[in-house]
Amino acid sequence: MIQTYSKELMKHFKNPKYVKKIKNPDGVGEVGNLNCGDIMHLEIKVEEDKIKDIGFQTFGCPAAVASSDVVCELVKGKTLEQAEKLKKDDIIQKLGGMPLIKIHCSVLGIDALKRAIGDYKEKGGK
Amino acid sequence: MKQIYLDNAATTKVDEEVLKTMLPYFNERYGNASSQHLVGQEAKHGLEDSRRKIAKAIGAKQHEIIFTSGGTESNNFAIKGLFFANFPEKNHIIISKIEHDCVLNACKWLETQEAEITYLNVDEEGFVNPKDVEKAITDKTILVSIIHGNNEIGTIQDLEAIGKICKQRGVLFHTDACQSFTKVLIDVKKQNLDLVTLNAHKIHGPKGVGALYKREGIKITPLAHGGGHEKNLRSGTENILGIVGFAKAIGITKEKDVEKMIQLRNRLIEGILKIPNVKLNGSKEKRLCSNVNVSFNNIEGEAIGGYLENYGICTSTGSACSSHSLESSHVLKAIGLSPIQANSSLRISLSKYTTQEEIDYFLEKLLKIVEKLRRISPIK
Ligand SMILES: Cc1ncc(COP(=O)(O)O)c(C=O)c1O
Ligand code: FES
Repeated sequence: MIQTYSKELMKHFKNPKYVKKIKNPDGVGEVGNLNCGDIMHLEIKVEEDKIKDIGFQTFGCPAAVASSDVVCELVKGKTLEQAEKLKKDDIIQKLGGMPLIKIHCSVLGIDALKRAIGDYKEKGGK
Repeated sequence: MKQIYLDNAATTKVDEEVLKTMLPYFNERYGNASSQHLVGQEAKHGLEDSRRKIAKAIGAKQHEIIFTSGGTESNNFAIKGLFFANFPEKNHIIISKIEHDCVLNACKWLETQEAEITYLNVDEEGFVNPKDVEKAITDKTILVSIIHGNNEIGTIQDLEAIGKICKQRGVLFHTDACQSFTKVLIDVKKQNLDLVTLNAHKIHGPKGVGALYKREGIKITPLAHGGGHEKNLRSGTENILGIVGFAKAIGITKEKDVEKMIQLRNRLIEGILKIPNVKLNGSKEKRLCSNVNVSFNNIEGEAIGGYLENYGICTSTGSACSSHSLESSHVLKAIGLSPIQANSSLRISLSKYTTQEEIDYFLEKLLKIVEKLRRISPIK
């Protein structure tokens, strides 16, 4: 089971850098995984249209933990527009691939990010 | 890194003595038990001696044991074999909702062949109520099949009570005893068992070999037709080396080993329950000596397993994330767990080789992992 995870994935799973709550977040996104029933929670801080800070929490498998960590890593400092373009293939590539059955986990982080950005916009920015 | 294997419900290592017994059957006593010559007769002797030992272990007669390729085949054989031997006069089979997948899926398939299946509920500890069995029996009922020791939550059913009802009502009674064999008493007379599924790889024997006990006189339709082996009930050249290993494995787990395992199991349960917000799944008392199953409520089982593996510790989980189907365990669902609780479950299963040092090391690491993952979790 675990053996099929790449080294890179295990690295992010063992030591995720972006597990945190953001103080007064500007956008919050939470999604449930329809496939396995797991949960992803992600928060962003926005400044001048850029993601200034980002953090996540998850009730999910190693692939979910690692993919969300990578999502955070890839979009931190980017503009919202750039962040919205993030695709699951970017995550999978960054993680050196993942077991087929786990592909849906890589979507969790992206969906949560999109919700967080949506939430920010809905609130009318700042 | 040292491996700490705490997944003995999945499979066990082959014991040294078992291996030694098997080795000559690879290249010295390699005969086909059907051959009339000396090499064949040596194999035949190994085969029948093993049959006698296995029969004796459950209080059966030698000729009531049929060798198979394992638990899956024995369960399929019992269920489908009896169905086809009794259909269309009768078509009803009663099982519980916590059977092993091979029983469950054999029954689901039989539903496509005009079988009527009743799936009995269990209580929150996983017990089948014998009264429910009684209520479910109709004049179409062929068989009641209830797992003895559950592979996920370790609950041990009261076979005697269920067997009594089946006998009174004149229906056949089968149990899947793969997990309980050599750990809990199985006595086909006392428990009124008509059929029993056994396998070798859960008791430090080899994989790919098992047996079905079938009380003499019960009609069954074979699944594998061929050269007429096993009294025409299961054709195919017998897996003699597996079979002698299987028979040898019966003596491996002794009563004192079971007692030691119970102590370690209880130490493990006590240690885990010190962590806040943890629930023991299954029964406290009527539980396999080898099984612990817990839910951590807000952290995901495969993630716990993944961290444990970093410390060389092997366990398993009923979480949807780790299953091929991405569905959480049907057993945990049947005892009333929510999907989140099922997804946060961990099964730790011991063997006679498990030591106290291993248990203490496991507990020490688990504590840290749970703390870390609870920080990661959005559910508080
Ligand atoms: C209760 C139970 N029944 C049946 C089986 C299947 O046995 P086998 O792996 O020998 O086919 C197992 C183990 O996988 C089991 O735990
Ligand atoms: S989060 Fe459940 S399978 Fe990955």
